[in-house]
Amino acid sequence: MTRSVLADPMRSALACWVAMIACGAPGFAGAAAPAAPPAGPGDFVVRDATVYTESPAGVLQHTDVWAHGGSIAGIGHALAVPAGAEVIDAHGRPLTPGLFGGLSDVGIDEVSEEPDTLDSMQNAKAPAWDQQWRPEFDVTAAYNPRSVFVPVTRIEGVTWTVLAPSSGDAIIGGQGAAVTLDGRFGAVLDGSASLFVQLGHDGAKRAGGTRAAESMLLDQAISEARGHTPPGPGSLLHAAGRDTLARYLGGGRVLFQVERAADILRAVDFARRNGMHPVIVGGDEAWVVAHELAAAGVPVILNPLDDLPEDFDRLAATLDNAARLHQAGVRIAFTSGDTQYARIIRQLAGNAVAHGLPWDVALAAITSTPADIFGVGTIRGRIATGRSADVVLWSGDPLEVTTLADRVWIDGRAIELRSRQTELRDRYLGRLKSR
Amino acid sequence: MANEPFPSTYRAPASPPVAIIGATVLTGTGARLDDADVLIVGGRIAAVGRGLDAPPGARVIDAKGRWVTPGLIDIHSHLGVYPSPAMQGLSDGNEATNPVTANVWAEHSVWPEDPGFETALEGGVTTLQILPGSANLIGGRSVVLKNVAAVTYQAMKFPDAPYGLKMACGENPKRVYGEKNQAPSTRMGNVAGYRQAFADAQDYARQWDKYRGELADYEKKKAKHGDGSHAGGKGNDSGGKAEGISSVPPVPPKRDLKLETLAEVLNGHIRVHMHCYRSDEMATMLDVADEFGFKIVAFHHAVEAYKIADRLAEHGVCAAMWADWWGFKMESFDGIQENLPIVDFPEHSCAIVHSDSENGIQRLNQEAAKAMAHGARVGLNVAPERAIRWLTANPAKSLGLEDRIGTLAPGKGADVVIWNRNPFSVYALADLVFIDGAPVFDRAHPAARPRSDFLLGMPGAEATQ
Repeated sequence: MTRSVLADPMRSALACWVAMIACGAPGFAGAAAPAAPPAGPGDFVVRDATVYTESPAGVLQHTDVWAHGGSIAGIGHALAVPAGAEVIDAHGRPLTPGLFGGLSDVGIDEVSEEPDTLDSMQNAKAPAWDQQWRPEFDVTAAYNPRSVFVPVTRIEGVTWTVLAPSSGDAIIGGQGAAVTLDGRFGAVLDGSASLFVQLGHDGAKRAGGTRAAESMLLDQAISEARGHTPPGPGSLLHAAGRDTLARYLGGGRVLFQVERAADILRAVDFARRNGMHPVIVGGDEAWVVAHELAAAGVPVILNPLDDLPEDFDRLAATLDNAARLHQAGVRIAFTSGDTQYARIIRQLAGNAVAHGLPWDVALAAITSTPADIFGVGTIRGRIATGRSADVVLWSGDPLEVTTLADRVWIDGRAIELRSRQTELRDRYLGRLKSR
Repeated sequence: MANEPFPSTYRAPASPPVAIIGATVLTGTGARLDDADVLIVGGRIAAVGRGLDAPPGARVIDAKGRWVTPGLIDIHSHLGVYPSPAMQGLSDGNEATNPVTANVWAEHSVWPEDPGFETALEGGVTTLQILPGSANLIGGRSVVLKNVAAVTYQAMKFPDAPYGLKMACGENPKRVYGEKNQAPSTRMGNVAGYRQAFADAQDYARQWDKYRGELADYEKKKAKHGDGSHAGGKGNDSGGKAEGISSVPPVPPKRDLKLETLAEVLNGHIRVHMHCYRSDEMATMLDVADEFGFKIVAFHHAVEAYKIADRLAEHGVCAAMWADWWGFKMESFDGIQENLPIVDFPEHSCAIVHSDSENGIQRLNQEAAKAMAHGARVGLNVAPERAIRWLTANPAKSLGLEDRIGTLAPGKGADVVIWNRNPFSVYALADLVFIDGAPVFDRAHPAARPRSDFLLGMPGAEATQ
């Protein structure tokens, strides 16, 4: 599979919108819609939903959404139902794009404390200056779509996630990418490949104890990738590593895992000097440099629940981080950062709302904004004609903790709301009630 | 037990009466009262009901549209012993040098400046049990704290709260000591470790019983023979000898701090809180407790409690649970999101939401809400007035403090939270928190909030201004 490492510009997403609005689509035009073609596998119509399109169309009340062949084929009122299509009456319930699970290792790591079940990290077991750096390491090669974590995650309405390499003892942890959680083998989403760099005190530990050495070593790696430093003893990179890093120097998406305000700006400057599109991950102190981030157009993927000075890189952590970043004009997306808790992404968004973030921005932070950040915004993260039928019907407000996913579709395929956990539940609930 | 060596210095601050008017009140006793009032006088709940008269001089709070609950209680916290920032120099939660460290007391590790106390308070938490970590089979004594800003832990210590003993099942002890190539390295090694520790404690208790018996005899006989040796009377002395009474009192056994704590467990003064994920291990521990005649009051992290919900209820053992933690180790692999409502289902059950987390403790209400939603989906409907007990009355019961906190019954300590809405919502925030009737958190007055010494003058200080 070929994957562009170019960061996604919003341009193509907007073009798609213009086309949809200008041309309409079969079945879009309400009661007078022409007879629809026969339903293929996965055809369905959700009737009378409150549709959060995450597009310029905004929120559509009492609206029908028709999916055909895995894509959204129509949005409108009283859509004609193709023969054989499943019809779901939403009775006004919210329909949103499938949610982003944050940066996780769903399908990569299983039981955190069982090393035999973990694949997210390559460990050089050497200090960073003595390592062969491996930016060519691509964690998605380890993805197992049949992991029990996949159904556990997706039945909560999380339909895609970004697999992130754990940094282990490396400053450049390697590459990751977005995957769909429908269980297919070739799950990586085109155009989403990203490079992960660890800065701050975590990176400093690896660089011999000082974050100053991180910059030094990173500059050395860049020099090697640019061919300014010939390979030889003491080289950080192999040929494949040089090639990989060189690709990212031409406008690749690079995620900097970093918390402290000064380190955030350092990462942005490093990316600018090297032609990278930076994304800040973590960013507990990002609000401190919100205006600089806004001016540089750098998005932040954060956990809005981080509010404690967990270490000296995040003394300024606050529950207001998300709201302040948004206010300053920074694009934000959310991540729990944990594989087991990719599914609680809605709770993160809801809490951000409780602490001042506009509700629609919070929903965007777990749908369209991360889709745009990872270059899949023209396919996912929005409900619009021609996009993937990656949608979730909710029992209520999708950001509310008492709400559950009633129905989940990924690329038009209905996801059975079963997982190993529901099997356990049903077994023991049955025993309890039969007593 | 010997007299209390580290007495509480907490004193409830004097505060004027409070009348909270027109709220939806979840009393913690299982009742929900709409458009109701809560009166606080002298730091205690004076009355709960509709149309009450505010006491003279009361601060009257209009709570129309808001919800009132008892203060939340987290029985599993490591605040202070594993504080923020998570620095090596502040990491004091596990005395992982011996699998049985019943001699250590968590309170001696509590750093009162942990900023996590104040963020927990913002989440409505008024009482916490601070536990040693779970590296050891028997990790040491817990301490119950009131969530008030203080310079010493004694000033936070819940007066006369029973001590708890932290014990741990499963993977942690066997991993920690197995890696050191010492016992325990297996679950059977774990159980052998608990049993030997309590067998030693039985022996120790017998020695002290024997000594106390001898001492009582000695004093009885001494009294019978007059003034005794203290009076210096020679005649009495020889008279005693004539009857076979030693002139010297019996020598007490040497105090062993480890066995002393365990003996206090055996005599019921210290309550066992046991970290135990798996249902089979919980069942094993119920048998161990029966063998030695002590009681386990709560299994913590009881990820598999749903498999033995009936048995736990029959034994009157509480299960303290997360809403959705799972999968981080084999013993948490069977976690399900309906654990709380299933455990809550049998009669006489005692389901508790706990955090074990400086983050989770800020949102215990949301954890309960998630579990309610998953329960409702499978027909286990838990109303707010019942679910609030997972955070209040039930944890109070496990701490042995059910007569003092955990409900809004008249006479109870006035630990009260006023929420801006139904607390079982992601949007719910605690507006006001009272401990013993004193306002300790007011969202409307950020400047008056508790603020850890650690955060003063720190670069993040402007965040709250």
